[in-house]
Amino acid sequence: MALDMVAQRCILPFRRLLKRKGDPFQMCWPRIDPLFSFTLKVIALGVFAFLALIAFFLFYSAWPAILRFGWEFLRTSTWDPVKEIFGALPVIYGTVISSLFAVAIAAPLSVGIALFLNELSPRKIATPIGFLVEMLAAIPSVVYGLWGIFVLAPWLGDVVQPFLGKWLGALPLFQGPPYGVGMLAAIIILAIMITPTISSISKEVFQAIPRSDREAALALGATRWEMMKLSVLGRARAGIFGAVILGLGRALGETMAVTMVIGNRSEISASLFAPGQTMASVIANEYAEATSDLHVAALAEIGLVLFGVTFLINAIARLIIWKVAQVKVTR
Amino acid sequence: MKNFICSLIVVAGTILTVATQASVMLNGAGATCPYPLYDKWFSDYRKVDPETQINYQSIGSGGGIRQFLEKTVDFGATDAPMTKDQMDKATSPVVHIPTVLGAVVVTYNLADVKKGLKLTPELIADIFLGKLTKWNDPKIKTLNPSAKLADESIIVVHRSDGSGTSAIFTDYLSKVSSEWQQKVGSGTSVNWPIGLGGKGNEGVSGQVKQKKGSIGYVELIYAEKNDLPYAAVKNESGSFVLPSLKSVTAAAQGSLASMPADFRTSITNAQGKESYPISGFTYLLVYQSMPNAEKAAKLVKFLKWAMRDGQKAAPSLSYSPLPEELVKKVEAKIDSIETKKVN
Repeated sequence: MALDMVAQRCILPFRRLLKRKGDPFQMCWPRIDPLFSFTLKVIALGVFAFLALIAFFLFYSAWPAILRFGWEFLRTSTWDPVKEIFGALPVIYGTVISSLFAVAIAAPLSVGIALFLNELSPRKIATPIGFLVEMLAAIPSVVYGLWGIFVLAPWLGDVVQPFLGKWLGALPLFQGPPYGVGMLAAIIILAIMITPTISSISKEVFQAIPRSDREAALALGATRWEMMKLSVLGRARAGIFGAVILGLGRALGETMAVTMVIGNRSEISASLFAPGQTMASVIANEYAEATSDLHVAALAEIGLVLFGVTFLINAIARLIIWKVAQVKVTR
Repeated sequence: MKNFICSLIVVAGTILTVATQASVMLNGAGATCPYPLYDKWFSDYRKVDPETQINYQSIGSGGGIRQFLEKTVDFGATDAPMTKDQMDKATSPVVHIPTVLGAVVVTYNLADVKKGLKLTPELIADIFLGKLTKWNDPKIKTLNPSAKLADESIIVVHRSDGSGTSAIFTDYLSKVSSEWQQKVGSGTSVNWPIGLGGKGNEGVSGQVKQKKGSIGYVELIYAEKNDLPYAAVKNESGSFVLPSLKSVTAAAQGSLASMPADFRTSITNAQGKESYPISGFTYLLVYQSMPNAEKAAKLVKFLKWAMRDGQKAAPSLSYSPLPEELVKKVEAKIDSIETKKVN
């Protein structure tokens, strides 16, 4: 009874309004469209403002260190909070090297996983495996770190590093005492952490490729591998690259897990067995207990550099994607 | 009806005023090492004085000092006392209240040596400077004739995160080795000459446990909880002392004579036959005069409680209580905090 009343009083007049010519909203609120687009514009520009504010804040906090060290900050290797000498080169090196190696391991692996799940495996297997790979992304990084300390690092130190040292010891990459923790452990942890990101995005990209493309390749007499090469990998190049960049972004900024296994030594070493340090981990390590102003400023400057490096790498990657995409279009 | 509403308003008003007056909120921030104890103190104290609620955020000594100086908290907490520079930045006089003692132990992973490897200050400094690289070095062997020491490399592990533990340990090394003092110095984060950095006590002990031949340092409380082997260290008087609650309190007792009036001192390498040499105070930071007299009164009441009943709770959590003589001195200091509104 009551419901009928509600319908009669409120909904029916509205219906009648809708049936009239023209949009009812237009009539009572004619400027809704500009308002909507204005709101969206504000939100979108807000992202820029936010980015600018972060950059400004970092710059402002880092100013004492920038003033004191200038470009030396990026070129020197001593990090001594006691004597207040700060040089960020080893941590910049640590961040870039650990991330690049991690991507070099994870990218082929992830694309392989995505190819297998999308092109080769029966659905019965693909669904659970895809689910498990994506589960890897849900594990908190501190858990990765603990696993790194208690499982991965001892295994690396007792088995993998002695083995690599024995067979590939001629390369400077695999020299030095097998501590277990160090750059290699960080690279492997990072590679595992970014694999789900790259593989799940690659999978989405592969799925977006029309079935007819594959059928066309097969109809022309391509083998399965040739079909994948021609119509899947070839067409998904830009997408795969985008996925790899997202993974790289995660690797550059990853803090906790890396800090726990990298050995935290502010030194540049050619060997992957040696301990290193990344920009994110030095901030995480020292910020809470930094008491001198210059130390805090130097850590802020590291933040600024990390911000810059991430920005730069993303920009370069964007450019490459555009190029790759263009090549595809013109062909 | 009108009467009823009136009385209702009056009652509600009283409840509100009582509620606002009843609890005083004290906010603090700082050191992480003593956090387990402070947490217990604050919850225990709630039963003693239900009107006072104390919030504490363990954000690290550095953050604690910064927030304290900016007066965003009512009290700070730090493991190492504030430096002169920091004291100069404070807008009004700062009082350091030592609360309990913490100790740092040298832990190691040797197949055939359990607790109590004997080490001298010189040896510890040489190991952490990277000058002593083998466990079967004659210098270690002569000190520990019965221990089976293999021809193993020494792997040094230190804290990678800034911490009061590192501050105490490096302060000790600076006192016993002039080379350390010159090359490295002391602080919450230092430029370690060699070694691997582990994050937190768990990071250091994790690496020490995993790797044969490694040596590191962790807090006493952490070593005891996790049953790690630790070394007996030769103290100023020449005797080898194992870290324990007693030997740490003895160290504080031993440095009483040279204690400055504001308690800002390090007690590493303390005098006394039974003193364990690598230990230090942890402090609460309070302003001599706080803008809010009511808060000041509550804080003073709490600090006095901490000096008496609070100390009794310390041993159960592996913190060493302050020696009795020092407690009296600290109490006198607490009395000097202004609890009445000046002017």
